[in-house]
Amino acid sequence: MSNKLGSGGIAVRGQSKLGVQETDIPAAELGRERVRARSRVTALLKEIWRYRLSYLFISPFLLCFIAFIVIPVVAAVALSFTYFNAIERPRFIGWQNFQYLISQDLLFLKYALPNTFKFAIIVGPGGYIAAFLLAWLISQLPGKLQKWFSLAMYTPSLTIGIAMSIVWLPLLTGDRIGYLNSILLRLGWIEVPQLWVTDPAYLMNAMIGVTLWSSMGVGFLAMLAGILNVNKDYYEAARIDGMKSRLQEIWYITIPSMKPQMLFGAVMAIVTTFKTGAIGVELSGVNPTPAYSGHLIINHIDDFGFIRFEMGYAAAISVFLLILMYVSNKLSWGLFGSKGDE
Amino acid sequence: MLHFLWKRRRSKLNRMDGFQKLLTLLLSVLAVFMLLPIVYIFNHAFKPYHELFVYPPTFFVREPSFQNVNELLAVTSRSTVPMIRYLFNSVFVSTLAVILVTGISALCAYPLSKHRFPGAGFVFAAILLTLMFAPEVVQIPRYLVVSELGIMNTYFAHLLPLIAMPIGVFLLKQFMDQIPDSLLEAARIDGASEFTVFLRIAVPVCMPAIATVAILAFQNAWGNVETSSLFMFDEEMKTFSFFLSTLTSNLANNVAMQGAAAAAALIMFVPNLVVFVILQGKVIATMAHSGIK
Repeated sequence: MSNKLGSGGIAVRGQSKLGVQETDIPAAELGRERVRARSRVTALLKEIWRYRLSYLFISPFLLCFIAFIVIPVVAAVALSFTYFNAIERPRFIGWQNFQYLISQDLLFLKYALPNTFKFAIIVGPGGYIAAFLLAWLISQLPGKLQKWFSLAMYTPSLTIGIAMSIVWLPLLTGDRIGYLNSILLRLGWIEVPQLWVTDPAYLMNAMIGVTLWSSMGVGFLAMLAGILNVNKDYYEAARIDGMKSRLQEIWYITIPSMKPQMLFGAVMAIVTTFKTGAIGVELSGVNPTPAYSGHLIINHIDDFGFIRFEMGYAAAISVFLLILMYVSNKLSWGLFGSKGDE
Repeated sequence: MLHFLWKRRRSKLNRMDGFQKLLTLLLSVLAVFMLLPIVYIFNHAFKPYHELFVYPPTFFVREPSFQNVNELLAVTSRSTVPMIRYLFNSVFVSTLAVILVTGISALCAYPLSKHRFPGAGFVFAAILLTLMFAPEVVQIPRYLVVSELGIMNTYFAHLLPLIAMPIGVFLLKQFMDQIPDSLLEAARIDGASEFTVFLRIAVPVCMPAIATVAILAFQNAWGNVETSSLFMFDEEMKTFSFFLSTLTSNLANNVAMQGAAAAAALIMFVPNLVVFVILQGKVIATMAHSGIK
């Protein structure tokens, strides 16, 4: 540095030298860079070749996965930026669908969004905590009872789909023949039969109740399996170390040792929560539900996709729902995801 | 007898016993509440008409009759395709789906969990992301894919979309993460090929998860209406669940057919329950005997 600032001659010579080097070094650098890049590519290819068996293992699933999930999902995202009525070709309209959704769609803003939040917050975390507690309680029993109780809790989730409405409708029917009405009337808790599934005031509660009833599904089973899989020696060791209460055991041993199952349970809870929108329609028997009291985002998608045939807009709503699910999942990932290899 | 006495004495010594008893009682009450609607549907399916609409409503059936089942069969006999064909399609598709889904999902989950191959993280992230996507929207593009593949109206269209079950891979991968690498490494050092390691170590250890995935795959296939209604033109190719769903959707506002609907729901529900009971035994048994240490 000080040399450069010294006499002009040296500086010029230095500069010319530098100039030569300037044209020289990058060329050499570039060459080396190219070699490095090439070696990196060949290294990657070698790596890929080394793991060719792994790719062979995953290929059958991956092919189906790409064909029936990735491509359709990408197509759905692409459709969300178009106007598409299932007859004409999709027409690109940019962000218009999304703009309309978050600024002008009153049904969405007034009913679908708040309803979904209310439904999701009770059924999601509520159902999740209930599933974990139930799984833990069942795990505390002897083996034979475990089997029967987990069967009893899991059975309702088997009715998901068409069977669910058939099971619940007669129980909640609005006239006095409905079982709930009949029981409450006899107990004297109500004076007249209540319209459990058609009165806007009750529909949401009925939906939440029925969904919670059937929510002890896969997540519950996975968590039960996870709890049973925890190494019994840990509890022994903790007891010797002076751990007294079962709550401490749950917090310091059970939950940390079954993080993968906890995460799976959380993802399942989120997915089923946001997916079970049809229940309101099934219970009340009309779409849309009375006074939109049970209108969830998923119903809104159905409404536009299959009734009004605005596929582009329906796709935009579902992309919004996807983002909502993604954010919720990120949250649970932060809670239960194993950071690197533990 | 002696054994029994010894057990009782030991359980008396165990100070957790009271807790367990209380727990059993509480869970029993809860279990009854959970199962009431199920018990009810069994009863409802066998109620004759005059019992269906009596007040106050009876919970248990008094004079069980097959009136509802007969009515259901009568509706089936009027349709062009015999019921046995729908049933065959359902059983055939469900069985194949269970075998293919468990095998292919396990094959995929193993390298995702145990091999650090380039792209593994990306593939898993993609599986996870799509796990959360509502299938309602994907229906139309899915239809296009199936028709492009030229498998419309074939059993492939029933099966292939079901194989893409991200939940299965996810569950198996999460379970395989708990297998210690040293266990697999030991087998590799002994000269086992990667496929042998997978089949002899990873699969047996993951039996509980595989049973769970099998249950899921069965439920998915058995209750599946989408493939029948979208990808099949011919009635002979459609499944039982589709047939029942058309039946019950017609019945939704028809109170008189409530009994037949209950019978239909029972037919949909019982195989699910049976498969679960069979495989659940395996889940609990494998859990008890295969602790990973």
